[in-house]
Amino acid sequence: MMIADGIEDEEKWLAEGIAGIQHNAFYLHRAVDSNNLREALKYSAQLLSELRTSRLSPHKYYELYMRAFDELRRLEMFFKDEERHGCSVLDLYELVQHAGNVLPRLYLLCTVGSVYIKSKEAPAKDVLKDLVEMCRSVQHPIRGLFLRSYLAQISRDKLPDIGSEYEGDGDTVMDAVDFVLQNFTEMNKLWVRMQHQGPIRVKEKLDKERSELRDLVGKNLHVLSQIEGVDLEIYKDTVLPRVLEQVVNCKDELAQHYLMDCIIQVFPDEYHLQTLETLLGAFPQLQPAVDIKTVLSQLMDRLSNYAASSAEVLPEFLQVEAFAKLSNAIGKVIEAQVEMPVVGAISLYVSLLTFALRVHSDRLDYVDQVLGACVKKLSGSPKLEDNKATKQVVALLTAPLEKYNDIDTALTLSNYPHVMDHLDAGTNKIMAMVLIQSIMKYNTCVSTAEKVDVLFELIKGLIKDIDGTLADELDEEDFKEEQNSVARLVHMLYNDDPEEMLQIICTVRKHIMAGGPKRLPFTVPPLVFSALKLVRRLQGLDGEVAGEEVPATPRKIFQLLNQIIEALSNVPSPELALRLYLQCAEAANDCDLEPVAYEFFTQAFVLYEEEVADSKAQVTSIHLIIGTLQRMNAFGVENRDTLTHKATGYSAKLLKKPDQCRAVYACSHLFWVDDQDGIKDGERFKLIFRHNWT
Amino acid sequence: MNYILGAFKPACHISITFSDGKSRKQVPLKKENGQTAMVPLFQSQENISGKISIEPVSGKKVEHNGIKVELLGQIEMYFDRNNFYDFTSLVRELDVPGEIYERKTYPFEFSTVEMPYETYNGVNVRLRYILKVTISRGYAGSIVEYQDFVVRNYGPPPSINNSIKMEVGIEDCLHIEFEYNKSKYDLKDVIIGKIYFLLVRIKIKNMDLEIRRRESTGSGANTHVETETLAKFELMDGAPVRGESIPIRLFLSPYELTPTYRNINNKFSVKYYLNLVLVDEEDRRYFKQQEITMFRLGETS
Repeated sequence: MMIADGIEDEEKWLAEGIAGIQHNAFYLHRAVDSNNLREALKYSAQLLSELRTSRLSPHKYYELYMRAFDELRRLEMFFKDEERHGCSVLDLYELVQHAGNVLPRLYLLCTVGSVYIKSKEAPAKDVLKDLVEMCRSVQHPIRGLFLRSYLAQISRDKLPDIGSEYEGDGDTVMDAVDFVLQNFTEMNKLWVRMQHQGPIRVKEKLDKERSELRDLVGKNLHVLSQIEGVDLEIYKDTVLPRVLEQVVNCKDELAQHYLMDCIIQVFPDEYHLQTLETLLGAFPQLQPAVDIKTVLSQLMDRLSNYAASSAEVLPEFLQVEAFAKLSNAIGKVIEAQVEMPVVGAISLYVSLLTFALRVHSDRLDYVDQVLGACVKKLSGSPKLEDNKATKQVVALLTAPLEKYNDIDTALTLSNYPHVMDHLDAGTNKIMAMVLIQSIMKYNTCVSTAEKVDVLFELIKGLIKDIDGTLADELDEEDFKEEQNSVARLVHMLYNDDPEEMLQIICTVRKHIMAGGPKRLPFTVPPLVFSALKLVRRLQGLDGEVAGEEVPATPRKIFQLLNQIIEALSNVPSPELALRLYLQCAEAANDCDLEPVAYEFFTQAFVLYEEEVADSKAQVTSIHLIIGTLQRMNAFGVENRDTLTHKATGYSAKLLKKPDQCRAVYACSHLFWVDDQDGIKDGERFKLIFRHNWT
Repeated sequence: MNYILGAFKPACHISITFSDGKSRKQVPLKKENGQTAMVPLFQSQENISGKISIEPVSGKKVEHNGIKVELLGQIEMYFDRNNFYDFTSLVRELDVPGEIYERKTYPFEFSTVEMPYETYNGVNVRLRYILKVTISRGYAGSIVEYQDFVVRNYGPPPSINNSIKMEVGIEDCLHIEFEYNKSKYDLKDVIIGKIYFLLVRIKIKNMDLEIRRRESTGSGANTHVETETLAKFELMDGAPVRGESIPIRLFLSPYELTPTYRNINNKFSVKYYLNLVLVDEEDRRYFKQQEITMFRLGETS
């Protein structure tokens, strides 16, 4: 197979190369041992000629290079020792340039250059400048890269940095910076050029080969960051602009991604903050295929961590208007990269939101702004079908919930519901559940009608059928769970002020009424009980301010309750409605509202009569009625009689005899109540029993 | 070396020594037999003086018709073997006819000798300087002894020395601008310059700079030209792109160069050229040749 042969051949060539190096190294060592400079130069040039090969992939070439590298280290020691070979370093610098082939010549020159700088016979900057210029003779990408990497390696500790022993006169730091920048620029050019050289290769293989060498290029940035003399000023004025210039101009996506990443990793966060505009300005100029969002997210993460590291840093963020700049930059990138899929844009917003939440958690306007930008993007695109994109939107919506443990904050974000609108029905419901779970988790209570309104708008996917979806499609279990969540939610809506509480109840009612027959059985009961709780509260507040219009009265609430329960007739859910009526009756009784209680009983009986058909249900229902009636003490004689009579009558008409008996039994209690004001009607009592025995 | 005409054994030893033999610089000279000997180095206008010792072998006296020493400057064309042309011929009589029965030493001096041409060993031509001692004898045959010496002439740097800067190319293929810092170079000089690529549409493998020597001998129909590449110096490894500038730094000292000789005695010329060669992936060569003048820099003593 062709490819296998290729690999075998490479192994062979590498072995040959290594053998060549070893062979010449043997003679080189002999020459060095006998202090023979001429011979040493001859064999080292031959040795280095092995690096002139074009046959090796970068990976293999690296192996060969390392062998040569080791030999050059030993050679350098020999060069340094003038007493052994008798040649001044200046003469040596010329002597090595007599070599006919350029690659060995330059490796030797760099090696002597290292000795030259160490000798201090010439300023470091002059030697470095010469070396970095002369290296231009090697234009072959791989060979050039490794040569310059060698130069970078031997020069690392000899830069004319301030405080170093090689510090020079004049603008010494700039000399060091210029050297490293120039080497970096040339190395990047060569690295990018790798893809155009050699036989046509499969892109994946090429990218992999290029990736293997990327650290050679990136190392230069690391060196730059280590130069003591490079302060914010120099970074801002020289280093960053020039690096970015190269990054943008090289027009290579692999290089751009890697280098932007490098810049962000290698230089201090403080610098990034102060040069945010310049740094961000580069992003829209990058190739469309560059995965900017990952890089930007990295940047924002780093800045978030920086902000978290100390409180003193935060004013800086505000001073440089970090958020605004980032927001702008993201907008520009999305605008510039028309091909970017929606998921990309959204994940950028997620990163930005995370940043805002971590750094400016008090600025809800920032958070809302991000949501707004997201809405704008979503509006411009077709309905979300992409799973990943959907997940990102959910992440976007969940982040504020997790940050601000109380739902109130999320509810104030004006764009929040708009974002939710763009979710498909299924995800919308999931999000709604997340919202509810958040409320439950943090035990927050939603305390104004306004907030409740907003909240129920948000979770409307659970509350009612959104256009186009069929409730039938849903799994039974899931549906139940959803509705139970809503039910639990209702209990978290609370305000001490009865007026407000009533408003809340009205608001909830408004929303759940649109729920349809399937939902009402779940949502009506908790609302009813919530209302009843309010009633009980009001009971205790008898002494209202005289003369004021007090809208929240038990009477009013009972009216409302009636309407609410009536909605169940659409389901239909007669038994449930019946129970609820009885509950209301009891509450009305406790408020001493006889007509209201009576009305509730009437409703209950109507339901019993007309709707409760099942015999078992009838039994249960009648017992409930009887039980409730028994506890009533607000009724006058007439009302009580009527109701009791009715109850008894229905009891007697139950389908099965045994049921009849039990029911009538129960009725008997209606005539004899054990407490003080209880009715004791012996006559009636007897009447019933007689009736039963027949 | 004894050069005996018509006898089997040398009749006497002749040795030629220079008066400043110990202090004068010696340079290697390749002889006809392939061996290299160290001989004294002179410049034009110098005095050449010394002693010539003649010692009869095994005590036998030598009768002669006169002893003389000549200083000869000779040009020899190889394709015309044994065609020596003496452009300089000076003679000093050392002795009148007589006998030598014991070692005799004669001093000699040639003052302020005009030696305008340098010693040169080329492909088709040779220019040499020799001292020739002749002991004339009639029928027995003259005894002759030679001593080579080398002449090199130093001079000041040229008053005008412009750089060479030129743009060359092949339409739509390759366009370069090359620059060499001087047009006249000393033998120990450095060629400094650069090659700037204006247009690159071919796949270049590498670029060399050659130093070529062109020796032309004879004239008219009889002209012979020999070109030798004395140096092949790699300037660039790999393919450049438009806008790239490649540095040149070529030290001349390692190479055996001579000054440029123009029309030496109307017999021969030696000229030097820089040949810039670019080779593409298909081993096609693109080149541009440019003459440079070589000279020998130094103080005339």
